Amino acid sequence: MTVHHIVGESVPRKEGWDKVTGAARYVDDMILPGMLYGATVRSSVARGKIRKITFDPSIAWGEFVLVTAKDIPGKNCISLILDDQPCLASDSVNHAEEPILLLAHAERHKLRRAVDAISIEYEPLPSVHSMEESERRFTIIWGADNTFKSYLVEKGDADAVWKDAAHIVEGEYFTGAQEQLYIENNGVIAAFDPENGVTVWGSLQCPYYVHKALMALCGLPEDKIRVVQMETGGAFGGKEEYPSMIAGHAALLAIKSGRPVKIIYDRMEDMAATTKRHPSRTRHRTAVSKDGKILGGEIEFTIDGGAYATLSPVVLSRGTIHAGGPYSWPSVRIRTKALATNTPPHGAFRGFGAPQSLFAIERHMDRIAKVVGISPVEIRRRNFLKPGQTTTTQQVIREEIDLNHLLDRALKLSDYAAKKTRFAEENKDGMRKKGIGIAAFLHGAGFTGSGERYLNSVVGMEAGADGNVRVLVSSAEFGQGTNTVLCQIAAEALGLPYENVAIAQPDTTVVPNSGPTVASRTAMIVGKLLQSAAKGIKETLTKTGLLGNDYTPEQFRAACREYIAAHETLKSYARYEAPGDVYWDDEKYRGEAYAAFAWAVYVAEVTVDLTTYAVTVDDFVALQEVGKVLHPVLAEGQITGGVAQAIGFALYEKVVWQDGHMINNQMANYIMPTSVDVPPIRVFFEELGNVHGAHGAKGIGELPMDGPAPAIVNAVEDAIGVRFHSIPLLPEDLFEALRPEPLEQDAPFLTRGTA
Amino acid sequence: MRADPAEYKFVSPGNLQAVLSLLASEPAQWLPIAGGTDVMVLYSAGKLPNRKLINIWNIPELRQIEVFPDGVRIGAACTYTALRKHDIVSREFPLLATAASWTGGIANQNRGTLGGNIANASPAADSLPALLVYDAEVTLISARGERRVAYRDFHSGYKQTALAADELIRDISLPRRFSEYVSHARKVGARNAQAISKVCLAALGQIANGTIRDVHLALGSVAPIPLRLNETERALTGKKIEPSLIDTARKSLVKEIRPIDDIRSTARYRAAVAGNLVSEFLEKLAAAGANA
Amino acid sequence: MTPSPGTNAKCEVSFTVNGEAKKLLAHPMERLLDVLRNDLKLTGAKEGCGEGECGSCSVLLDGMLVNSCLVPVAQASGASIDTIEGISAHVLMHPLQEAFLECGGAQCGICTPGMILAAVHLLEKKPEPALAEIREGLAGNLCRCTGYMQIFEAVAGAARRVAK
Repeated sequence: MTVHHIVGESVPRKEGWDKVTGAARYVDDMILPGMLYGATVRSSVARGKIRKITFDPSIAWGEFVLVTAKDIPGKNCISLILDDQPCLASDSVNHAEEPILLLAHAERHKLRRAVDAISIEYEPLPSVHSMEESERRFTIIWGADNTFKSYLVEKGDADAVWKDAAHIVEGEYFTGAQEQLYIENNGVIAAFDPENGVTVWGSLQCPYYVHKALMALCGLPEDKIRVVQMETGGAFGGKEEYPSMIAGHAALLAIKSGRPVKIIYDRMEDMAATTKRHPSRTRHRTAVSKDGKILGGEIEFTIDGGAYATLSPVVLSRGTIHAGGPYSWPSVRIRTKALATNTPPHGAFRGFGAPQSLFAIERHMDRIAKVVGISPVEIRRRNFLKPGQTTTTQQVIREEIDLNHLLDRALKLSDYAAKKTRFAEENKDGMRKKGIGIAAFLHGAGFTGSGERYLNSVVGMEAGADGNVRVLVSSAEFGQGTNTVLCQIAAEALGLPYENVAIAQPDTTVVPNSGPTVASRTAMIVGKLLQSAAKGIKETLTKTGLLGNDYTPEQFRAACREYIAAHETLKSYARYEAPGDVYWDDEKYRGEAYAAFAWAVYVAEVTVDLTTYAVTVDDFVALQEVGKVLHPVLAEGQITGGVAQAIGFALYEKVVWQDGHMINNQMANYIMPTSVDVPPIRVFFEELGNVHGAHGAKGIGELPMDGPAPAIVNAVEDAIGVRFHSIPLLPEDLFEALRPEPLEQDAPFLTRGTA
Repeated sequence: MRADPAEYKFVSPGNLQAVLSLLASEPAQWLPIAGGTDVMVLYSAGKLPNRKLINIWNIPELRQIEVFPDGVRIGAACTYTALRKHDIVSREFPLLATAASWTGGIANQNRGTLGGNIANASPAADSLPALLVYDAEVTLISARGERRVAYRDFHSGYKQTALAADELIRDISLPRRFSEYVSHARKVGARNAQAISKVCLAALGQIANGTIRDVHLALGSVAPIPLRLNETERALTGKKIEPSLIDTARKSLVKEIRPIDDIRSTARYRAAVAGNLVSEFLEKLAAAGANA
Repeated sequence: MTPSPGTNAKCEVSFTVNGEAKKLLAHPMERLLDVLRNDLKLTGAKEGCGEGECGSCSVLLDGMLVNSCLVPVAQASGASIDTIEGISAHVLMHPLQEAFLECGGAQCGICTPGMILAAVHLLEKKPEPALAEIREGLAGNLCRCTGYMQIFEAVAGAARRVAK
């Protein structure tokens, strides 16, 4: 068998041709015979008891299918972790936009009027709209104390570090909600018949999450629920757990009507009603030695989970574990909690808690540097984790990562030193001030601790009589290149040309559960399992003597043909096996949190325009160590896309809340970067390998979300000497901080109040 | 998409007379629609109150740009793309051509029209400050005849215009006397493209011997209507540009404008940035005077 | 389009799509996007926002790039429309498609049809665009996946290919 390298090459995207010709089929491109369209009637108040529902007689209600909570055959909940979220509210609501009723009609255009013709009277209840209000517990809205989950991580002796500290540095850092803003809105089609049960086609990341949720909701067994993933137009976590809700709604309408039902959200509904990134607050109190070494500290990390738990416990977990950054903490106490508020539940979004806590530590490191009197570069050098040292959860760094080298290289690539000097000089004059800032960070790939063991992923591979092979996984393609990378790995493992390997559309009746497409785990973990499955195929053929240990693709084809003639099918499955030396204590939150960390140093160059108070990113360097680059073009695309999204997180994307509603729920008012807003984003990789990942790969999908925001805000401080600790950082925020002489005496309009 | 197309009447007579006739026989009933870049957004959101629309996209008289020795006449249904491409408009009325390049992306510039921008009367519209400083005049037509209105008198309040219930904007006239002026435009939005303005300045000035001979200043997004800064212009005309004058301009400007806090920005920010933009212009004017 | 008597009834609309004459009945205020997708089954144009901000509904209308979600179908009467499905015959298409595939210009693909049409429109007007012109030409097409870098490369690459 000739060794031919497919992994590491930028092979053509498997579904690329369909995408560039408009042939790719997303859920709204599909129509089924007799299909109805569905719509959702939602709460207009943040919290209240439902008193009365009135149907305006101007609508011919007889033409509509109506579903209420009473129609739910199984359990009225969207099954996920705590099972506290109803599919449809019955007697009370806990957030604006909470779904209450469902309607369906054959004519899509008739729905809006019908939705508007349903009036719901509420008896308002006191509602909670901030983390501060929630933790004060004057009003309890969830459980006993408004707390979905909390963690405590302790290492060393956090109480003993203060007496020897030359400096005690405190800081408080905030990040806001962020909308995933996939360009394709959430959508699903559901069909039901008593014999086959429920089938759902959707824009989704995790077919088996939807499958599990529908079983509970519809009261149907495993083999009576079928979930199929359609081409998905972007997800970023926004289609990790949310699709179970919209699929549940479509399924209920399909069951009630006996007809297929399509629900596609428009942008206004998707933004207002579906999940967003958890807002966060981090408090640091750090004991630092005279020469800038962290002795220890306390970190308090709080996230706003919205009205129901959904994934908050897991987002909190990741935020907790990343809160210390890539630094050595001899002692630390990390106290974290996820709180309930009367907001549409927050959920998964690329990074999943890490961008929030990493923003804080990376801003805090610059603060510590200032207090100690050394540079942002030097403070990091003195505290970087080294091989053999342990993280805050006491995971030993086993790989030969050299963060100082990574930092050196990033500084060189960004021309940091020269620019810093030049900017300091140029900033003396003019209205445009330039700055440069860095962020160093890590991102753990895969599920935390024993998570992968719990997921117990299975992959499959099937060979056809023609020698072509099909990868069978529930891992979803939504732009990141899953289809391509998994086929590369499979092809190379089998010694076949890339063109001879395809991947099955994720359909729960066809593919096994290889786990959710989240947590940057797919290339690393699912890819590695595919290598085992490939081995299984080869062994089956070699054991029967049909194939030698070395073979050509033609010989492989012939062997398959013969084998299948005799045995009908040729399939191989492989199940995840936890590496023996991985130890994780779920109670103390201690041990090997992740199978692998990717490491990075990012550098942002900004201009602050004092005429408009706007910050523009002029240049961006993204350097990361990722184990192995499986596909250079795809890998670079993940980084540039993640950096752009994180620039939005830092400077543009503000969710404007009013009484628990998102009121800027249109693309005109929720601002993501356009092609004229993004800087040149220069991407560089290093490869240290990784024993746990296919070809030594680590996950990279979420990594780029972690670094840009703190690098940018660090750069702003470098430019104008003002410390900001909250994102998004808008021009209005800069203006308020810089405020020129008050204009009050000349500005009668200011005392008149707002319009 | 929150509207039911079946609920809407749409007529397309294809000629100006028929359009005016219908507007006259049923005043305030028919909403003219040209490129639709404002109307269709409202429609799609289920927020368009009108149920009857009359197509003016295909009326040839509304799509001409005519050049005369002393002026330019721009048909109301001329698109932003047409404005940007027109030689005289881009050379002699750069503030208008620049504003056109700011209005949405290329696709929206291909459909959005100057008349639509005026009639929609959003105080945040990009082109309107430019029209104010160029001393534009609008020709309004109806079955009753035609009349010209100075553009500075066109807007009377938030979304209130001089248009009578049976009238249409036929064209916008700009006098060709600004080629020697120093011009400056700046739009401040939430991002560099496809942004509704938070503050928008169009400015023209003439300077001789360090003294301001003539100055025209207009701002968008700082009042219920696009605003010509008459008071501030008076305070500046005939004066030498020096730091104290720029300070005077800021103080005067802050008295003239009426910005609000809204979903995009704050009154304080708008006021401060407006002052910064005018200050920036005056420095540019001073520099031009020094180089003259 | 036959001047409507002002009723709410559907009326006949004719136009050419991708070189083929089409005649159909539609309410005049149906969005061109919906007519293309639902009546003509040309699902390449997508709805990303319904407000003319994202450009994923972009088509060429008489050679002009427009957001089809903002065009009442009645205004498309008599027009010549090009969508992603038909653009394959365009001389720029193959270089653009190849370049998008090579450079990673398409990730999830939902913005891709609109983005390619915007690129076709740009290259027709500016065959050798500078980076700033590419950025401006695509400013009305939002991409959430790529961060735009590889799209710029693809368009520049296609331009070079065509120039040869």
